[in-house]
Amino acid sequence: MPKGTVTIIAERCKGCGFCVEFCPTKVLELSTAFNSKGYHPPHVVAPEKCSGCDLCGMYCPDFAIYGVKNGNASSGEDKKNK
Amino acid sequence: MATTTCEIAPANPVEQFLRTDRIPHIWCPGCGIGTSVNCFTRALIELDADLDKIAVVSGIGCSGRVAGYLKLDSFHTTHGRAIPFATGLKLARPELTVVVYSGDGDLFAIGGNHFIHAARRNIDLKVICINNFIYGMTGGQVAPTTPVSAIATTTPFGSFEPPFNLPQLAEAAGATFVARWTTYHVRQLTRTIKEMLKRKGFSFIEVLSPCPTLFQRRNKQGDGLAAMKMYKQLSKTRNGAPTAETAIEQGKPIIVGKFVDIERPSYLGSMEQMLSSRLGDRYVHVENLEWH
Repeated sequence: MPKGTVTIIAERCKGCGFCVEFCPTKVLELSTAFNSKGYHPPHVVAPEKCSGCDLCGMYCPDFAIYGVKNGNASSGEDKKNK
Repeated sequence: MATTTCEIAPANPVEQFLRTDRIPHIWCPGCGIGTSVNCFTRALIELDADLDKIAVVSGIGCSGRVAGYLKLDSFHTTHGRAIPFATGLKLARPELTVVVYSGDGDLFAIGGNHFIHAARRNIDLKVICINNFIYGMTGGQVAPTTPVSAIATTTPFGSFEPPFNLPQLAEAAGATFVARWTTYHVRQLTRTIKEMLKRKGFSFIEVLSPCPTLFQRRNKQGDGLAAMKMYKQLSKTRNGAPTAETAIEQGKPIIVGKFVDIERPSYLGSMEQMLSSRLGDRYVHVENLEWH
């Protein structure tokens, strides 16, 4: 079982490639498919390597990707909306 | 391994801070402002901050839109006047943590005067300045931070004005906390924002951010990703470096880090001290004011 899981919200992505470039374990690659706005969102090519460090989530300027560590509740879930 | 296409992802840590009805935002692909928002929201999560006690004030410009996208008490003010509005807010509600989130043009050209006086008075504001070296939203005009020889719409043959060195300006004006990171340094930026939110006094963080559409493209520096790689390659961390040595010049390393962290009496603290010593019992104290 991989240490983490990465989730991509493809419809928000603008294809800047930050997550693909800076993923420390090279889990992601830009896909050749389009989203509805015409950008190429990333897709997961090596799910077993994901460490759930959430660096992709910190880099993503469009809030379209995040990583969570497996077996761990995601941070800040309990802090509800104002 | 789920790859979803759903619009709202509650497990996304940044989601709870966003007005999701306004997402997707208007920032260009490869713009770094969203990255800095990630760092800011991660800092709030890690601090477990009381969100009712945080207010975000923005001016005009691309980075001014942060106030509109964050689901906090936020205020999108007129051009250059983020700091005056924030000053008023802080004086009226001293218990709030007031964050000013704006761009280099807004804070240092149109609002330059307000910045230096807020720093001089040491009003307890947390200023995050997104520096993309240009006026982005208005069409790429030369800004007070545009490097010499850079191409902008108003300087088609290259800028010949010497730019501001923002950390030096902030320190000279009296800021008690001065740091600079780039959007490449997400972990460091998060840590510094956390540190800034915890402390008292006028604090300033400069965040260098790519402007792929109007700066990078015109200056043949590629896209946002190329700018991020450039930051990775050129930046050099020097915590505590004298701010006079941190100017951004072509072909030289970009000095990043935390440069200044000092203590000075704050505006409200000094006011309390002066007026209560002069007026004695006649003085009505400010409510909710922490002495420091």
